[in-house]
Amino acid sequence: MGLVPAMFPEGEYFGLLAEYDSPKALFHACEQVRDAGYRKWDAHSPFPVHGIESAMGLRRSKLPYVTLVCGLTGAIGGMALQLWANAIGYPMVISGKPFFNWQPYVPITFELGVLLAALSTVVGMFAFNKLPMHFHPLFGADRFEKVTDDGFFISVEAWDPKFDAAATERLLTSTGATRIQLVKRREGAAS
Amino acid sequence: MMEIADNVSHEPVSGRAPLILGGPDFRSITEAVARPAESPTPLVWWLLFLPALGMLGILGISVGWLVWEGIGVWGLNQPVGWAFDITNFVFWIGIGHAGTLISAVLFLFRQKWRTSINRAAEAMTIFAVMCALLFPGIHIGRPWLAYWMAPLPNQMSTWPGFRSPLLWDFFAVSTYGTVSALFWYIGLIPDLATMRDRAKTQARRYAYGFFALGWRGSARNWQHYEMAYLILAGLATPLVLSVHSIVSMDFAVAQLPGWHTTIFPPYFVAGAIFSGFAMVVTLMVITRKALGLENIVTLFHFDRMARIMLVTGSIVGYAYSMEFFIAWFSQNPYEQFTFINRAFGPYWWAYWTMISCNVLSPQVFWFKKARTSMVIHFIVSIFINIGMWFERFTIIVTSLHRDFLPSSWGMFYPTMWDFGLLIGSFGLFFTMFLLFVRFLPVVAAAEVKSVLPAADPHASDEHVAAALAGHLAPKGAY
Repeated sequence: MGLVPAMFPEGEYFGLLAEYDSPKALFHACEQVRDAGYRKWDAHSPFPVHGIESAMGLRRSKLPYVTLVCGLTGAIGGMALQLWANAIGYPMVISGKPFFNWQPYVPITFELGVLLAALSTVVGMFAFNKLPMHFHPLFGADRFEKVTDDGFFISVEAWDPKFDAAATERLLTSTGATRIQLVKRREGAAS
Repeated sequence: MMEIADNVSHEPVSGRAPLILGGPDFRSITEAVARPAESPTPLVWWLLFLPALGMLGILGISVGWLVWEGIGVWGLNQPVGWAFDITNFVFWIGIGHAGTLISAVLFLFRQKWRTSINRAAEAMTIFAVMCALLFPGIHIGRPWLAYWMAPLPNQMSTWPGFRSPLLWDFFAVSTYGTVSALFWYIGLIPDLATMRDRAKTQARRYAYGFFALGWRGSARNWQHYEMAYLILAGLATPLVLSVHSIVSMDFAVAQLPGWHTTIFPPYFVAGAIFSGFAMVVTLMVITRKALGLENIVTLFHFDRMARIMLVTGSIVGYAYSMEFFIAWFSQNPYEQFTFINRAFGPYWWAYWTMISCNVLSPQVFWFKKARTSMVIHFIVSIFINIGMWFERFTIIVTSLHRDFLPSSWGMFYPTMWDFGLLIGSFGLFFTMFLLFVRFLPVVAAAEVKSVLPAADPHASDEHVAAALAGHLAPKGAY
């Protein structure tokens, strides 16, 4: 049962799951899978392996742009809110200061900028990662629960244009996988 | 005390000592971190939890009576209109700052040793902010009108006065609480997934699994995750500096001698980090012992925390003396009177408690023996906690009780309800922290694994090692 159902193409199989015994083996296997031209595949590890994004050929995350846009929105909106409220909505003379001055509004402008930037970073990270996804076919694969302990895996999805059960398995074997299994599309639906 | 290997000293020949002792593999880190949350509840946990729960009950009664009867139940009067309430607020918000410092500032500075203590320190931050937020909410006397601080359209057509530091404070502290909670939760997700995958019962599997959001350690996810973590650290760093600066402006913007000084923002931030590290040490001395985490939270970590307490304690000591210097140098008679009255007036005992706890007691950390002794760490950290509470009490009450006109002087005498709220806020803090150590992984296991030597994908690539040898520090230790 997931909150957001996973959207995968139809088919009997999700793909192949290969297990490796160290971050180093995973890293070098990723380089070979990348060079073989696969697109719909992923590496899984209990912690972020340093430099794996280049070994997989991933582009840099676009998340900072989300943060920048939302942070600026928060800051500009915060300044506008304060100026409008204290100069137009409910003008109040305080110590004879002018209504339109920016100095006393800097702290809240900063705080609202940070607040929106932080919230959008988290929401954006979840959106890019398609989380929450409480159901995923990989959770049905045996030994995959090691991925949050000390397991290192590569999954190649069956709808990758280059996917061919036999050929892909040969490739994964040649990368030094200690164990390869075919993961069913719907098996073990529990999250 | 059990025998613990020493990783504080550094051998210049063999390179730096390992951060995590015992040469563990990934599996043993998982075991050490997850086991305490999975084993049956130990008796000692109940022995701590029940008194904490009792103190939380005192909080409930004190808040209930306050709301029912009004703030007249406290010892407040004219001229002392702020006392325990704002002292407690500043005390708790300051405690929180060490958690953010450890999790965000040390992250940006690539201080890998933070991974062993950041989870517990961040949890401490959130619970301290919860305690802090309670006091501004209740000290206005009519807490059901607290929403007036928010800029909401209302039938009175009024808006909050955004030029007041008290309103800045409302925005700063609530933003700080929100961002700290997000940062903590993001850090928890991979470890919640570990708990989910290790769960023996369906109920635990669903409970941890729900909050783990279906995390499956995907490198594509890690990429965005690490970026989000870096951005949040980058946002939290200026935020934490702004929060206590704004708290200090609650005082500094007022005209009162003893409050009206420009030194307050940096002085308050240093004091906040100081008190927060003391609370982290108090909690970690007990937690590492109780949960058997001696190899993960090592003497090295305590050595580093002692150095930070020594530095920040000396900064607040400098600020205390600078206040006296400015009082003399300004030749302002009111300013001069306030500081002489602070040290030798009716509240001399609060002032000298502050000086001896905050400035003198951390000086033992000049010595390595003290920096690596759990007993001294515990005692000094308790002293600092006490001293920092008295610092806020001294600033607030001694400045208020004797202002410009001798005819309006007075004294503050706390009532049992003042003490009830102080004790009760500790009850809230300890209850939350004990629930945290019982049910959640106390150490960021995924991050600790990533600083092990085996986590480096180039661990034994000779060409890489040779290329790095020229310009970089040895890998794996820091």
